Amino acid sequence: MVSDFALPSYRREPGVHPPLLSPDYRSTLTRAPLLPPIVLPHMLTEVTGPLLGNGPLAPYDNDLTMQHTGEAIGQRILVHGKVLDADGRPIPDALVEIWQANAAGRYRHHNDNWPAPVDPNFTGGGRAVTQADGSYTFTTIKPGAYPWKNNPNAWRPAHIHFSLFGRAFVQRLVTQMYFPDDPLFFQDPIFNSVRDEKARRRMVSTYDHESTKEEWALAFRFDIVLRGRDATPFEASP
Amino acid sequence: MTGLTPSQTVGPFLHIGLTWPEGEHVVPDGTPGAVIITGCLYDGNGVPVSDGVIETWQADANGRFTHPDDPRGTADPAPAGFRGLGRSATDKDGRYRIVTVKPGRLPAPDGQVQASHIDVSVFARGLLDRVVTRIYFPDEAAANAADPVLSAIGDERLRSSLVAAHDAGQDGVLRFDIYLQGDHETAFFDV
Repeated sequence: MVSDFALPSYRREPGVHPPLLSPDYRSTLTRAPLLPPIVLPHMLTEVTGPLLGNGPLAPYDNDLTMQHTGEAIGQRILVHGKVLDADGRPIPDALVEIWQANAAGRYRHHNDNWPAPVDPNFTGGGRAVTQADGSYTFTTIKPGAYPWKNNPNAWRPAHIHFSLFGRAFVQRLVTQMYFPDDPLFFQDPIFNSVRDEKARRRMVSTYDHESTKEEWALAFRFDIVLRGRDATPFEASP
Repeated sequence: MTGLTPSQTVGPFLHIGLTWPEGEHVVPDGTPGAVIITGCLYDGNGVPVSDGVIETWQADANGRFTHPDDPRGTADPAPAGFRGLGRSATDKDGRYRIVTVKPGRLPAPDGQVQASHIDVSVFARGLLDRVVTRIYFPDEAAANAADPVLSAIGDERLRSSLVAAHDAGQDGVLRFDIYLQGDHETAFFDV
């Protein structure tokens, strides 16, 4: 066994992620752990992680409008951005997985039964791998809002689920990307479970006219920031 | 420094996006020494959680990672076909299943040795962030007692919540139930 070696450590930044127990989101009442979590030092298993850069990508994995024989219905959009760490360093070769409702706000899922149409040409799942500069791009359909049973007349703002591995187990993140100026934000307990307003805003994409494709698709930009490393003297060593 | 992107729940329709071919196979079926780890994910009322996903990450059988931040350098994964990551959505009964091998022990700071362990992320509707736990092995009593993470947990019930159980009558099968809340709440980590 090696007895002495240097490992990176990742900064803990309390106050960004939502409290697990957020009673306005009712499902947390029976699912949020209630004991204080035990601080886990960052050791080998935590600072490593799956590097999925050449993972199981298939044609059209990053174009959700082209995964079927016919065209998906709805507002065609590009969703693009960079995956970075908190020090602004791009994270290359990182798997990005997304899933979403269709233009009518319906998921292609056996548990989604509200009376909005299913689009036979839209599954709503996609994946991409980041380039050397951390960038990724999806072509998809703008998802619709949909009702849910959390409280009377509750509606989820339009959103796309994002899942990222980063480079280390401690960087793993699942989040949701929202669209600018959605009038449903005020009443959504999931969006508002993030207590810090600035942090909440970081889940909202921006309309990107420069990347909007003329006579084809509106573009939205969504950068995703994963945890950064503690500065350590070892990093400067060869 | 840039602000982190906050976490949000996977919601109930995670299966559309978090699919992974052969996700539960950290090693292929038929691998010598393979162990099946299975269990149920429960909420605070003891109700199985049928819309969750369990992910596992671990060293290979020799205690190595294929990763540039492992200062011991890279080695061919052992056994052949080992891929480190496991992913299993819970079924209608809240059950998950991972096919893997016991990871090797790992060096820790100050010359300590970590017992064989698997890091686990749990995602579900109603979890606004993943929760993290670890699986330890029941046939490693001495190593578990010396493990710097496990031995630092003072509460005996919490400590034992991290050790998988032999599944009576089934060789090569370990049981690891996860209780999100309640009297049996599993020990979870702040990573």
